[in-house]
Amino acid sequence: MIEIRSINKSYGKLRALDNICLRFEENKIYGLLGRNGAGKTTMLNIITGRVFADSGEVLMDGNPIPENDQALQQLYLTSEKTLYPENMKVKDALKWSKQFYPEFDIEYAQKIATQFGLDTGKRIKSLSTGYTSIFKLIIALSVNTPYILFDEPVLGLDANNRELFYKLLIEKFSNQPFTAIISTHLIEEVSSVIDHIVIIKDGCIIRDESCEELLSKGYTVSGTAAKIDAYICGKDVLGIDSLGGLKTVYILGNIDADIPEGIEVTKLNLQKLYIQLTNL
Amino acid sequence: MFINFESDKPIFLQIAEGLEDAILAGAFAEESQIPSITEFSVSFKINPATALKGITLLVDEGVLYKKRGIGMFVASCAVEKLRRKRKEQFYDNYVSGLVTEAKRLGLTEFEIKAMIERGFKINDRD
Repeated sequence: MIEIRSINKSYGKLRALDNICLRFEENKIYGLLGRNGAGKTTMLNIITGRVFADSGEVLMDGNPIPENDQALQQLYLTSEKTLYPENMKVKDALKWSKQFYPEFDIEYAQKIATQFGLDTGKRIKSLSTGYTSIFKLIIALSVNTPYILFDEPVLGLDANNRELFYKLLIEKFSNQPFTAIISTHLIEEVSSVIDHIVIIKDGCIIRDESCEELLSKGYTVSGTAAKIDAYICGKDVLGIDSLGGLKTVYILGNIDADIPEGIEVTKLNLQKLYIQLTNL
Repeated sequence: MFINFESDKPIFLQIAEGLEDAILAGAFAEESQIPSITEFSVSFKINPATALKGITLLVDEGVLYKKRGIGMFVASCAVEKLRRKRKEQFYDNYVSGLVTEAKRLGLTEFEIKAMIERGFKINDRD
């Protein structure tokens, strides 16, 4: 288990992470969601010891992670930067990875490279944006560490390759469970894949619960403005859309047993709920 | 089978209902093996826990049963059980909504009955 205790991090005046407390349990898939600049990457970098927090601690099974080789060996983070020498060929990078991660499966990496259509004879620096992402995904799916952190894994991937990535991820997870943390803002793509959702906004955690729990909480009501205004009194309103005399209101909470006549109720899907939650 | 990710209906329920439809249509015969949790989750790209939850629902209802170490099978009385269940749900799933909409439009009971008769006639002809 990875535990984050009261982490704070500022860049100059910007408070990137504000007193973050989180737990990542074993063998679950987490979605780390937030808008651009919410603090997702900073958090992943702190977990993996690439960036140091101003205060607080990050523990793996009770032991501090930073500068702890044993703990760091259990983690893999795909980041926006390619940490391999640029002139290296993809196939050499795969061999190299084996040196650092003893469980790295070169054969599997070759196999999925073929599925993605990546020529492993190419040099890393010559790869397109999409294929640079794919190259990192191939490494991440082959390292076989107990914790794999994906920072924006599908950046620049076309629809077919995104599908292939989610398929391989689930296949891998089903055969040999591990903990995955996927940071993304493409919630509609990951909502069916993840067990647990963490939503981060302006450096603060605003939601940390199972996908199912969160989904059971949101609903929308729509109808004439007068009826809706009367109904929403005292409820936790996330947002309001008006169109002429019609009003649609997004509400957080359990649906009432008796809804007044003339009001339509629909459940909120994760995408709508997320947009309402992270709106400014 | 098809999963609608935009639907308000939870994915695990869609999995259970999709399997029910497949069993009712004869795609999975009684006493035959159904695909594994992994096959379901990989082909629909859903979390294995979600697939398991949908399948467990049908195990609890006695529609599916587990053979240890082999997999999931369709129970011998599954089709009969599902028909009975769907008949019980028919009122809630179709009739109550139909009546609500009919009232909103000002359609009478007589007009609705005529429409139902017409529906049966056309269906019989096909």
